[in-house]
Amino acid sequence: MCLAIPAQVTEIDAAGRGKIDYLGTKVKVDFSLLENVRPGDWVIVHAGFAITRLDEEEARETLNLLREIVEAQGE
Amino acid sequence: MPGPMKELRDGSVTRALLGRIKGKTSRLDRPVRIMEVCGTHTMTIHRYGLKIQLEEAGVDMVSGPGCPVCITPNEVHEACLDLVTQRENFILASFGDMTRVPTRKGSLQTAVPARSSLIRIVYSPEEALALALAHPDKEVVFFGAGFETTIPAIAVTVRRAAREGVANFSTLTAMWLIPPALRAILLAGETVISGFLYPGHVSAIIGLEPYRFIAEEFGVAGAVAGFEPNDILLGISAVLDQITEGRPGVKLEYGRVVNPCGNPLARAVMEEMLEPRDAFWRGLGRIPRSGLALKEAYRAYDARAKHGLRVDEGSGDLPGCRCGEVLRGLISPPQCPLFGKRCGPDSPFGPCMVSFEGACFIHHKYNRRKRSG
Repeated sequence: MCLAIPAQVTEIDAAGRGKIDYLGTKVKVDFSLLENVRPGDWVIVHAGFAITRLDEEEARETLNLLREIVEAQGE
Repeated sequence: MPGPMKELRDGSVTRALLGRIKGKTSRLDRPVRIMEVCGTHTMTIHRYGLKIQLEEAGVDMVSGPGCPVCITPNEVHEACLDLVTQRENFILASFGDMTRVPTRKGSLQTAVPARSSLIRIVYSPEEALALALAHPDKEVVFFGAGFETTIPAIAVTVRRAAREGVANFSTLTAMWLIPPALRAILLAGETVISGFLYPGHVSAIIGLEPYRFIAEEFGVAGAVAGFEPNDILLGISAVLDQITEGRPGVKLEYGRVVNPCGNPLARAVMEEMLEPRDAFWRGLGRIPRSGLALKEAYRAYDARAKHGLRVDEGSGDLPGCRCGEVLRGLISPPQCPLFGKRCGPDSPFGPCMVSFEGACFIHHKYNRRKRSG
């Protein structure tokens, strides 16, 4: 089952293990599939591993696109 | 900012996108059938009532093979059952939903383990490795089933076991690759597909390139989409644009999560430890190079080799179960005579009713509720 909602990194140790905050719940996660993860980063977690990091610029672009679509419809 | 983004579920955006989609299909002279490959996409499509709204907008959505519980054939489950019911001093660690799949030999949930053996549910392969460290007197076998999303986690865990010399850990793998399965579906030609909605998190690992052949060899459109309702509509809209322009491609509509090149570390660990092999899928049968197995150097961690497990290919589904046809898109779940009668979420008869991502479970959960008002 894929978890659609991203989680925020709260702690990470030198071995690449740490925790995320997933909708308010702290969960243990392995970060060894990602480079340079820092607390505060948003990640997608699958089977106990962070598999990808969120790109905030891309997220913003999608939001802008959605807003434009609604506005275009209203015209 | 990224957290939950409410615009992705906003109803006014959904209506605007559906309006656009309807405009696009009305200009096409043929029906549009799009396969959502991933079970979590199926879940979103039904949960938000998009299936019917898309039909009204001219798009017929059909579910694909993207549910690991559903496509892992019974013989693999039976090998796990044989292990834990016949051998003493084993721990079989499995993802929870896998334990509920019924076979001729029962399910892991109902199985009575052999003396001093146990079945443990885990959320991550790492938890299975932790069990091995905590129980040095027992053999721990992890039932490692999943797609490209899960495979790197399994590979990293085996690599860690090897590096740390954990001798009582191995994995019975059922590792499935999505692109070869899509090729098999297209080659079979049993169902006409005008486009694919590619899975979001499989793509986060493999990137876009592995789907390119679908556009180039088969001329079929496709887009990678996220899991929120408006993500899915953006993906469908991109597929329709490709069909309209006669230019099939692989469009990325989930850029906030998917890098076009995938996850390089995950791909590297898969390359390092695993090799392709032909694999037998429920419903789809044998597909060339559609599975992965541990390389020779890691054979000591392969439960098949280490414990001499036999996986009797082709022993098959329970008689009467039509999950295979559901997985190939030949029938929709309510067309199965067992659906909602002998087979329901409380006592599933087939795997597609077991998994939260299974088409039968999803139809049962959302479409029945709608009918009963």
